[in-house]
Amino acid sequence: MKRYSIFALLRNAISRHRDWPPLWRYPDPKPRYRVVIIGGGGHGLATAYYLAKEHGITDVAVLEKSWLGGGNTGRNTTVIRSNYLWDESAALYEHSLKLWEGLSADLNYNLMLSQRGVLSLAHTLHEVREGIRRANANRLNGIDAEWLTPEQVKTFCPVLNTSPGVRYPILGATLQRRGGIARHDAVAWGLARAVDARGVDIIQNCEVTGIRREGGRAVGVETSRGYIAADKIAIVAAGHSSVLAAMAGVRLPIESHPLQALVSEPVKPVLNCVVMSSTVHVYVSQSDKGELVLGAGIDGFNSYAQRGSFHVIEGQMAALVELFPIFSRMRMMRSWGGIVDVCPDASPIIGKLPVEGLYLNGGWGTGGFKATPGSGWVFAYTIARDEPHPLNAPFQLDRFTTGALIDEHGAAGVAH
Amino acid sequence: MLLIRCPWCGPRDETEFRCGGEAHIVRPPDPDAISDAEWADYLFMRKNPKGAHRERWVHAQGCRRWFNVLRSTVSHEILAVYRMGEPEPKA
Repeated sequence: MKRYSIFALLRNAISRHRDWPPLWRYPDPKPRYRVVIIGGGGHGLATAYYLAKEHGITDVAVLEKSWLGGGNTGRNTTVIRSNYLWDESAALYEHSLKLWEGLSADLNYNLMLSQRGVLSLAHTLHEVREGIRRANANRLNGIDAEWLTPEQVKTFCPVLNTSPGVRYPILGATLQRRGGIARHDAVAWGLARAVDARGVDIIQNCEVTGIRREGGRAVGVETSRGYIAADKIAIVAAGHSSVLAAMAGVRLPIESHPLQALVSEPVKPVLNCVVMSSTVHVYVSQSDKGELVLGAGIDGFNSYAQRGSFHVIEGQMAALVELFPIFSRMRMMRSWGGIVDVCPDASPIIGKLPVEGLYLNGGWGTGGFKATPGSGWVFAYTIARDEPHPLNAPFQLDRFTTGALIDEHGAAGVAH
Repeated sequence: MLLIRCPWCGPRDETEFRCGGEAHIVRPPDPDAISDAEWADYLFMRKNPKGAHRERWVHAQGCRRWFNVLRSTVSHEILAVYRMGEPEPKA
């Protein structure tokens, strides 16, 4: 791998930037790998990265049915934060945030992480109480969190309408200053470049159509590019988790829904942080290109179609204009949908499945992007050691049998 | 946006309805007699198919009655609408 640096930039400027090497190879699949990862999104690539970096396992293939990072990795709204209520989630997401903070240097690839602060608004007395409780819980877990009064909210984010006369006035907000956004495509590209350099095969346009089992053990995958044998098979397929688990006869507590997002025309810098509101229901930030990037809740029905109904984005727009009257005449440029795998407790499943040799990292629902490096880190540990790391031990499939759910639906300030 | 044919009110906009998820999940008649795993299967595990899906909908802002829909989760096409208790149409 050729390292990026100011000298590399100067050297390539002399040759008019015609000699930059491709970021990754396009290898044909080998007949057998030690680990096959199904899904070439951020989480799958991060899993491959930490398998190679932390555990020395490089005989790995990442199978992607489409193009790399073309699923939810390229479709999310790039919000990163770790201010979850429960201890289990706080530890997992904070571990991820700490990895984010060093990841650009680690990968020698600029992920454009911008820790500009995540503001979660409270519009009701109940939300005020829950917000203060969550900020206190975060601080007890060593996560930065502050409670802001409406005046402090106005100072921090001046374009918000903090007038008391609106239907849902802003009564306060939690602020995580270390939260922010990153460039989602760069995450896929930077991780792909790093894993390819370590010898991992990234195989695109390779759809898994079946999981072969022998004597109760998963031994390989049938794909659109032929059969590939593997000692260990890891499903990291987001919206298609249920489909892949069903190939091995495993039922999951997951339902797939469309989550829609949209971007506006680009404008000069106007919004300096990420703003989330669960009651009025929208979350929005401004990308480095100047577009407002916004999203809200899932469509109510199950879908694999990567699109949803218009009234859902209409509701997001109404919420945006309620919170930011200044945006009322902005034009929206594009909208799209991603298929999110929602668990009943809004927490992921990261661990072994009941079939020997089969592992699952899924159920991230609407909030997986922020966890990309941490998710890959704990999943790589689980695959390499054949047991979960203490950080992901509470996130096993059997919690739905034992009842030890990690209920983050309302508690995390997640806008579903 | 879906156009859903309520069995009592006729075709109406999706905004009048709420989706109630997978249909034909039967509560175990004697919860005390089954294992935790079977109870978890009833409570949490879902088919979540890519293709034809049987699901419950309620006409929340209309007649407020529940009914079943057979719908494709790939194309969103509604393949059949049938009332509670009616035989399941073939996918």
